[in-house]
Amino acid sequence: MSLKLKALLKSPWVFHLSTGSCNNCDIEVLDCLTPRFDIERFGMLLAGSIKHADVLLITGSCNRQSVVRLKRLYEQIPKPCLVVAIGECSLSRGMFIHSYNCPVPLDKIIPVDVYIPGCPPKPEAIIAGVVKLINKIKEGKAKKK
Amino acid sequence: MIIYLYYLLIYGFLLTAIIGLFASWVDRKVTARVQYRVGPPLLQPLIDIVKLLGKDTLIPTGASKAVFLMAPLIGLASTILVSALLWVNNINSTNTFLGDLIVTLYLLAIPSISIMMGGFASRNPLASLGASREMKLILSYELPFILAVLVTVIKSDFSIRLGDILNYQAQNGFIAGDLSGLLALITAIMCVQAKLALVPFDIPEAETEIIGGPLIEYSGSGLAIYRLMKNMLLFTLPFFLIILFLGGLRFDGINLLFSVLKYIGLVALITVIRNTNPRIRIDQAINFFWGPMTIMALIAVMLALMGK
Repeated sequence: MSLKLKALLKSPWVFHLSTGSCNNCDIEVLDCLTPRFDIERFGMLLAGSIKHADVLLITGSCNRQSVVRLKRLYEQIPKPCLVVAIGECSLSRGMFIHSYNCPVPLDKIIPVDVYIPGCPPKPEAIIAGVVKLINKIKEGKAKKK
Repeated sequence: MIIYLYYLLIYGFLLTAIIGLFASWVDRKVTARVQYRVGPPLLQPLIDIVKLLGKDTLIPTGASKAVFLMAPLIGLASTILVSALLWVNNINSTNTFLGDLIVTLYLLAIPSISIMMGGFASRNPLASLGASREMKLILSYELPFILAVLVTVIKSDFSIRLGDILNYQAQNGFIAGDLSGLLALITAIMCVQAKLALVPFDIPEAETEIIGGPLIEYSGSGLAIYRLMKNMLLFTLPFFLIILFLGGLRFDGINLLFSVLKYIGLVALITVIRNTNPRIRIDQAINFFWGPMTIMALIAVMLALMGK
């Protein structure tokens, strides 16, 4: 594994994007930063600007309005980057599966590295998902971007 | 000639960067402990910079390319230069030239100017807003800062050499030991807080309103250089205060312990101020610096002129 990738895994800065979720997943993401879970001990920080981020956390069902923004943000994130889908909505559109406004699930739009199910997923589940992602990259199975 | 290159690379860059990265770790760890968190591991600031160096550098469409890429380098270069200058004076206080205090003051202003250049060059409304706030902040804190520095000049018999100020303190005790020196030191610590753009004066970079301000469009190596510059300033500015008010850093015998305590004490003070205050608005910052701080610095200057 190259030094570049090794450093990336030790300090992944996350940018979190809601593509029309009910805000529950977003609250659970913010929970990870609270003193109880404290993901800063793994070097993770919440980045304000997409240009600073390494990991794109996506919640919500990708409706027609937000898909345009989602694509633009994915183009703006400096590579190498990772994409994490959080919550039932971004995995399979959840209860909006028959909605006119959510035509395709997230992984048909941009490549996704790890899926974290749950409605909403617990902070423990989110951390476990990120650990799985890190192990996947260490074994060299993740998509190269 | 070679010896100056040695000072520039070993002391100005390497040692300053190592201590600065360590200080930024202390800052993050103390912040975490204040909030009942565990905090990042020791090498975290270094890993952040290595990671950022390995990432893409994106240049926004319509941005001024040359200025956008040059701005971080200008800031880093002036930081290295000013650190080397301070180290040379600290190690050998006779090796000094007339007016190096003024050169230091000018060089310390350049990192803020480089951030402004980067912000304006990146063609982003939020970055421009941050850069204009940075400009207002410079205008507000430079006056009390220079008045506070003037106190040390008056104390050391009107000498504008850093070496003479150090020699004066070696013979007569710390300048901060007097009432005028103490008032000037308090003013200078507030100005350093603003120079470092830390809470309560992180108005230009306000994460929650203008998401990073001037640095918003920077990615990859540009951001890495800015972060390195900020971490180095976290050493250089307290070091400047120690030279001016607290008799410099010395490394022989028991003095080593005092030097470490002086530096760690100042960094801890800055961190505690950062963690116990909310962010203020830009007009409040200008009122604060041009009102109470300038008056305090003027009182310190008058006391120094009276010899107290």
